Parts: sequence; structure tokens; C-alpha cells
Amino acid sequence: MTRIEFWQGNIACAEGALAAGCTFFGGYPITPSTEVAEHMAAKLPKRGGAFIQMEDEIAGIASIIGASWTGARAMTATSGPGFSLMMENIGFAIMTETPCVVVNVQRGGPSTGQPTMSAQGDMLQVRFGSHGDIAIIALCPATVQEMFELTVKAFNLADKYRVPVFLMADETIGHMREKIIVPDTVERVERKPFVAGTPAFRVTDPDNIPGFPAFGTGQHVHVTGLTHDERGYPCATNPNLHMALVKRLVDKIENARDEMADYDVINPDAGQVFVAYGAPVRTVMQVMHDKKDTNIGFLRIRTVWPFPEKALAEFKNAKRFIIPEMNLGQISREIERHVCVPVRSIPKLGGELHTPEELVAVLEEKA
Amino acid sequence: MSYDDWFRKDRLPHIFCAGCGNGTIINCTLAAIDQMNWKKEETIFVSGIGCSSRAPGYILTDSLHTTHGRAIAFATGVKMAKPDFNVVVFTGDGDMAAIGGNHFIHACRRNIDMTVVCMNNQIYGMTGGQGSPTTPKGCLSSTTPYGCAETPFDLCELATAAGANFVARWTSYHVKELEKSVKAGLETPGFSFIEVLTQCPTAFGRRNKFRQVIDHVEFLKSHSLLKAKRDRLVEKHEHVPEDMFVVGELTRRNRPALGVKP
Ligand SMILES: Cc1ncc(C[n+]2csc(CCOP(=O)(O)OP(=O)(O)O)c2C)c(N)n1
Ligand code: SF4
Ligand SMILES: [Mg+2]
Repeated sequence: MTRIEFWQGNIACAEGALAAGCTFFGGYPITPSTEVAEHMAAKLPKRGGAFIQMEDEIAGIASIIGASWTGARAMTATSGPGFSLMMENIGFAIMTETPCVVVNVQRGGPSTGQPTMSAQGDMLQVRFGSHGDIAIIALCPATVQEMFELTVKAFNLADKYRVPVFLMADETIGHMREKIIVPDTVERVERKPFVAGTPAFRVTDPDNIPGFPAFGTGQHVHVTGLTHDERGYPCATNPNLHMALVKRLVDKIENARDEMADYDVINPDAGQVFVAYGAPVRTVMQVMHDKKDTNIGFLRIRTVWPFPEKALAEFKNAKRFIIPEMNLGQISREIERHVCVPVRSIPKLGGELHTPEELVAVLEEKA
Repeated sequence: MSYDDWFRKDRLPHIFCAGCGNGTIINCTLAAIDQMNWKKEETIFVSGIGCSSRAPGYILTDSLHTTHGRAIAFATGVKMAKPDFNVVVFTGDGDMAAIGGNHFIHACRRNIDMTVVCMNNQIYGMTGGQGSPTTPKGCLSSTTPYGCAETPFDLCELATAAGANFVARWTSYHVKELEKSVKAGLETPGFSFIEVLTQCPTAFGRRNKFRQVIDHVEFLKSHSLLKAKRDRLVEKHEHVPEDMFVVGELTRRNRPALGVKP
């Protein structure tokens, strides 16, 4: 059974979290993400969960990491300035393999920038913003439906891979209202069970993911952001151990790139191929609808990190990839690394969506 | 059980310098916890970064050694998600009063049910002796080479003003009193704060005429003014010596608290 609603994107995100069994939200208000927190504040206490408005975003992400170690599914939501504040503790979550979900409803930056306007300016920050060598998972919704579905997916990926997963939305999708089909139940992937009495961070499977020894289960786990051995004990001066740990944390994500890839391929034989994620998807869809031309291809990406490079190879006749983004070409550069044909970025700042005309004009450019 | 049963013995030896006061404070805290009949699996230690914050790594329970200054924010998440857990935070003067000051006052305001033990050595020990928000005026550190010019925080007044239910100050000399005070803090619903002035021979003592550990401990003893005594002096309108600090249970009240075990 399903039901039909007409929801704002941020509400769909919060409802997706609740459907996924999220029982803890800690965060700090910031436009254009605040509705996520407000909705969780209204709903969580009635379902036996906990909502807490922390004193800043550093505390917001700290609180969800703490909650996650009790076994709870935990989430925070923010936008640019708050996201910048979270960077250090994001690295802590990566180093300690703490599952959690961070929603970033992107607005115009840098700095306070454009609080109420849409942007995709944090796409490289999410990938590289925390210090050291890291790997994370980032999902980008382009519809209200996807705000719901990708939030559910974010929790499943976070628990499966034991890593922070980012829902990199934008103000457009966060604040738009749209029809959504809400399922009664959603798929739930649990954290890998822990073998009692074994070292807390021992990895035995080729997927590089250790079992999760939740607090309160008698395993006496020591969790530290310092480089640690498989017992979780600090061991910060052994070069080989550090190399092995960081490699494993990166490999467990990067090696699962294909498994995690989530994208649609439209007109794979086309010569000119749009690639988009988030709000610009909608303009590309309009152009595809207006033009009805099989020589125009479209790669619509939902898992932006790890970047699904195999998707690009599906366009065997591509002469050019065209990338509309609400930033100065952050993902275009990633695409350039993977293809041998020209990559045409269509950067746009200011908060407004690309118009179909802007995209058509690029299609009609002489090569 | 005895307090000894709480140690994570396969992590020893510890990293603390010879003569450091942190071990004494850990002992007193564990001795108090041992009297609580708490289950190990329901007792969580949380800390930030600093010498003091290494304490949870030597204790055989679940523990979170987090980022600099943020221990109380992490602990808030643990406690709100699982009010059944007993949450104890170890922190330092830099960790809690400088980078983590905001989290500290907000936790006091929320009066969230946890106990925070601050090992106040009046210096940044781990990073080699820089001035902290509790470095006394005139004291030398690597970043106050001409004597600290700033006024230090009174952490206990701060905690009381911000709303904590239980506030006490002792020193590494007062082991019995400290143990009793930590126990009282553990028993009090809401936010309990215990400040422990302690010696750091390596980063503080060396620069401030306490080359011998015993000299610093002796100083802590001789400059402690019991709260009861201070109150008597005030009552009689007599002079309260400026160079002494008040020790004892400073605040105990029963304001509404957050996250108390159901
Ligand atoms: C964000 C951040 N800034 C700075 C540091 C470096 N650092 C590590 S410990 C410390 C000071 C610790 O002082 P305190 O809390 O008093 O602990 P102590 O070592 O004296 O027990 C600093 C500044 C850090 N780890 N993280
Ligand atoms: S530097 Fe100071 S606080 Fe740190 S272990 Fe040594 S004596 Fe203790
Ligand atoms: Mg200190």
C-alpha cells in the first residue's frame, strides 16, 4: 500500500528518515534546511525518539555520532555555513566508522552568501573538506520523491558501510512542493553484526567493513579518532598501521563504487550527452522532453560520490559531455578525469535554475 | 568489585608523565563509580583531546575519545539516545573551557544528566605548555613568556551561573574528599561538575617554580580554602585571602534536568 502526498522536499526528507527508523536528530537551525529539523522536532518525541537542538553545528554532528554508537539511526541537517563547521567531526565519524546521515540543503556560498537561494557549491567540500585522505558517500536528489527515497537509502548505506552518508540536496529541491508516492514500509539494511569477544575493529570480510559493537552490549569498545589498531587502541606512530587503516577506510568505499552507483541512462547512443544531478536534472528533463532527439543523451546521477565513472562509458558514441551545475564546474572536473572527449561545463551561480534555452544554446554550439 | 577492576589493563603503561596528577583523579573517580553499583556495560566514558582526555582509554567500558573540546556534545548525544546509560566525561581546562566552552555552558543550562570531571592543570599539557583560560595571572607558559596577562575563568562559578545541579572543586591533594564529591555528583540527577586542580610538572611546574611535584601539591593544599571556612569569614565580615581558592561542594540543587534515567 502506498499513499499520495503533496510535500515540500525537506518534509519528504524528514519523513524518509522516520520511515527508515531514524530515532535521533541533533542539529542547529539554518536556512534552507530548517524544515527538516522542525519536522523531526514535531515527530520524533511522539515516536519514542529524541530531538535536540544543539548550540551549534559542531555539537549537532557530535551528538549524532554519540547517538549512533548507542545503536540508533541518527541524522543532522544543515547548509553551507553549518556544513563548514562540521568538517572536523565528519572526519572523526570517518575514522571511527560511525554510521550517520548528514543532510546539506545547499545554498549560495561562500560565507553567508545567499541564504535563501539554491546552489550546488559544496560538492567538492563534501568529498574533500575534512582533513586527511578520506572517502564518503554523497547522494543528490532531483525530486521530492527522491528526497524521501535517497534519505532512506542514505541510512542503509551508512549502516552498511559504516561511514557518514550525505544527502546533498539544494534549496530548489528542499523547498519545492511536489507530488510524492509514500510507501508503507521501506527496505532496511542493518549494520554488520559483531562477533562478541573479538577485537572491536577486526575486519575479516573482503568488503573491509568490521561488525558494529554498539555501546551497551558489553564489548567495552574504545572509540578514538587517533590512528588505532584492530582493538581500537591508539597507535599513532606506526607508519604501516596508519597506511593500512586509512587505505582500508578509503577502499571500503571506493571498491564499492560500482555496487553503489545509482544513475539513469537515456539515449546511450547519443553524440551530445548531458550529465546532471540535483536541481539541474529538471532543466535537462525539460530539454529532453522538448527536443525529443535521440542524439541527445542524458546521464542522471543520484550517487555523486563515489563517482559512478562506469556510467560515462555507457555512452559509446559520445562526442561531448555537457554538465550544467549550480557551481563553477565542480563535478565537470571529475568527469574530465574519466573521458577522452570534450567536457563542456555550464556553470551557473546566483540561485536560479538553468533555463532550457541556456542548455539548448550549448547544444547548438559549433564544435 | 574494587576500582582496580575498572582499568583496561592491557592498555598499561599509560602515557602520563611521572608525577602527573591525572592518575590520582582517575583513581578517585573510579573509586566513586565503583560504589555506585553501576553495570560496566551501561557506563560510558567520553573525553575530548588532551592528556586529561586520555583517561577513558584506560578504563574497561565503552568509551568515546572524541575531538578537542567536543566531548560534552558527543556525550549529550549518547545520553539523549540512551538515558539508561551512566555518562561520565573526562576533560581538561583547555578542552572544556577554551575550545569547548560553549558546549560546557549549554550542557549546564540543559542540566543534562551526566558527570563532568575537569582535570585543571592550568595549562595545555599535551601540546607542550601553552596558556589556557585557567592559567593564573602572571604565570609563565610557552605562549605567555612574560606572564599571563589575562584573567582566568572560575569554572565553578561558570557552571553554577549556567545552571548545573552539582558543582564542586577539589585538588589532587584531597583524594578522600574528591572521591566523596565525585560520588555525590554521580548520585545527583542533572549536570554535575567537579573541577580538580592538579599538578602538571612537565608543562606547568617546570616553568612556575614547582619543579618538585611535592611542592606543587603542597601549594594546592596550602592555598585551598574550605568552603565552610570561607563562608564563616564572609559571615563575620572578615578578610578572605585573595591568593586562595575555595574547595568543597559549592552548589547542590534540584533544578529540572534533562535525560534522567526513566
Ligand atoms: C581543533 C584542535 N585544535 C587544537 C588541537 C591541539 N591540542 C591538542 S590537546 C590541546 C590542549 C589540551 O589542553 P587541556 O584540555 O588543558 O588538556 P591537558 O593536556 O592539559 O590535560 C590542544 C590545543 C587539537 N587537537 N584540535
Ligand atoms: S604534560 Fe602534564 S598533564 Fe600531560 S601527562 Fe605530563 S604531567 Fe600530566
Ligand atoms: Mg590542561
